Amino acid sequence: MVDPTFQVKVRYQEDKAILDLSGEINAFADPALMAAFSEAESKDPDTFVLNFEEVDYINSTGIALIVELLAQVRKSKKSMVVYGLSDHYVEIFKLTRLADFMTIYDSQASALAV
Amino acid sequence: MTAQNQSLWQRVFGRGATETEVPMPQAAPHPPGGDVSSLDIPPDDPLLTYILNSPGVIEVDKLNLDSPTLQDLRDTGVKVSFPLVSQGELIGLLNMGSRLSEQEYSRDDFRLLQDLATQASPALRVAQLAQRQKIEARQRERLEQELRVARIIQETLLPKEIPSLPDWGLAVHWQPAREVGGDFYDFIQLSEHRLGIIIADVTDKGIPAAMVMATTRSLLRAAAENFDSPGMVLARANDLLYPDIPAKMFVTCLYLIIDTSTGLIQFANAGHNLPYLRTDNGVVEARATGMPLGLMPGMDYEETETTLMPGQSLLLSSDGLVEAHNQEREMFGFPRLKQIMTEDQNGKELIGMLLNSLAEFTGDDYEQEDDITLLTIERSNSAPGIPSENQTAMVNDVSERTLAHFSFPSQPGGERQAAAQVLESIETLNLSKTRRKRLETAVAEATLNAMEHGNQYQADVPVDIQVSTDDQKLYIRITDQGMGTSIPESTHPDLDAKLAGEQSPRGWGLYLIKNMVDEMHTTQDEEHHTIELAIYLA
Repeated sequence: MVDPTFQVKVRYQEDKAILDLSGEINAFADPALMAAFSEAESKDPDTFVLNFEEVDYINSTGIALIVELLAQVRKSKKSMVVYGLSDHYVEIFKLTRLADFMTIYDSQASALAV
Repeated sequence: MTAQNQSLWQRVFGRGATETEVPMPQAAPHPPGGDVSSLDIPPDDPLLTYILNSPGVIEVDKLNLDSPTLQDLRDTGVKVSFPLVSQGELIGLLNMGSRLSEQEYSRDDFRLLQDLATQASPALRVAQLAQRQKIEARQRERLEQELRVARIIQETLLPKEIPSLPDWGLAVHWQPAREVGGDFYDFIQLSEHRLGIIIADVTDKGIPAAMVMATTRSLLRAAAENFDSPGMVLARANDLLYPDIPAKMFVTCLYLIIDTSTGLIQFANAGHNLPYLRTDNGVVEARATGMPLGLMPGMDYEETETTLMPGQSLLLSSDGLVEAHNQEREMFGFPRLKQIMTEDQNGKELIGMLLNSLAEFTGDDYEQEDDITLLTIERSNSAPGIPSENQTAMVNDVSERTLAHFSFPSQPGGERQAAAQVLESIETLNLSKTRRKRLETAVAEATLNAMEHGNQYQADVPVDIQVSTDDQKLYIRITDQGMGTSIPESTHPDLDAKLAGEQSPRGWGLYLIKNMVDEMHTTQDEEHHTIELAIYLA
């Protein structure tokens, strides 16, 4: 089983901040995710990229955290895109309409090419 | 010490240097003669006593002992042998052939080899334990596989649906133990107004029980087609089963024929629990005696008749309920069952009350010892000639089988484990990956709500999850102890409002659940909230 502990690393490429997420996105992920987001925000990127390739579980609290991030991104007129979501979570992003506000890409290459 | 000697399994590892992978100077890498890489020392070999009494080097040619093992060592060219002992147990021998120089082993050689033996022993011990664990893990896996097969056989042979009869209500609860037992039941429509009902319990567990169950079921069905009398049906099945059934196995069985137009019930009993009849005057046993099937040929089975009047009901049960033990090793017992049955209720309610009472009786950490089968037969008050205000109260319950029953402590993150175990319990249903993932999310979210809101994350307050199916639908019922607020109505969360900061970013749980399953229902009483998820299987 994948290590359920949530971890996040931030890297930058041109005008993009990429948050590499791993583990489970639930209530436990809150502090680390928010800290990483603040760190990325301080570099003032145009686009925030969430990489879900190593995430195997997102619960409703995790969805709420992503909504919070998206709200902050939109407030500062930036954009947010995601990649690496499994089919199941793509369905959930559509169901929650998160997909209406952030483009879902299949791969890192396509997400960063924009 | 003697007892320990008996339990020793003695493997003798030969070819000292190569065995331990430590290069040894001047030792012959392969002693002449036979192979001693693996040989067992009989527990009565005097060499064993000698080693345990005087650990240290054994000079094979010099030791004068009437020992077959010592002779074997000599025959294979072993000159000196160092016992490998770990925690007082002989776990091997470090055997050396002649030196390449053909000189005698020196005192220094002995000291070096003894040091090596002392250091190699714990390492060898660890390797042996690891090896044993690997074998045990493989055995466990095989056992699990067997249980799965047994359960599939059993499930396949149970009726897919319960007969629907006007003015009669039938309900069944069948709950296999983890180590699948041999409970089964069957319905045989004999003619328009005559229904045969079988409830039976095969001794033993696993695949043997499942195979005997399959045979018995066929024999009973064939006999029921040929004979009108329940006693004759059991006698015939017994005679045919007897030559084929494995030794020490037998089947207890109750066979009833109901005349649905008159309420007449004829039945015969092969050593099974007696049926309980609930009347306005209390609960009575309906008696009939006979030997279990498969024990002795040529048996007669007493036949009894009773009439089920409108408003009366009959309970058939297997041992799993009455013989369940609590933590004080007391049995659930018939008096308790009888007491619960006196209360006014329909069949499905009775089954629910019995199961609740069982859960209360056994407490937490209960592992079901045996299969539990409960079957109720009721004759409705609205039967012809008897006026009733409640004509619709009698529904023909569809048979539901419990696939699993879990209890989880309420702690943050606990929903993940719950969802994983629920998924494991429905493996035999072969749902697609997409549907499994949806179900996983729905169960996790419902359990999260139950743990967080219902039980306020109090670890000692459990969330109860029941998984069952009636072959049309899969049901998952998640129950909390209702300490928090009641389950709200599911609404469509407004993402625009959330993003604009006008609504909390949270509140997705129920919406997700509802969209991940085919049906979602919530119920509550004073002490519990239950959320029921249903998935269509057809």
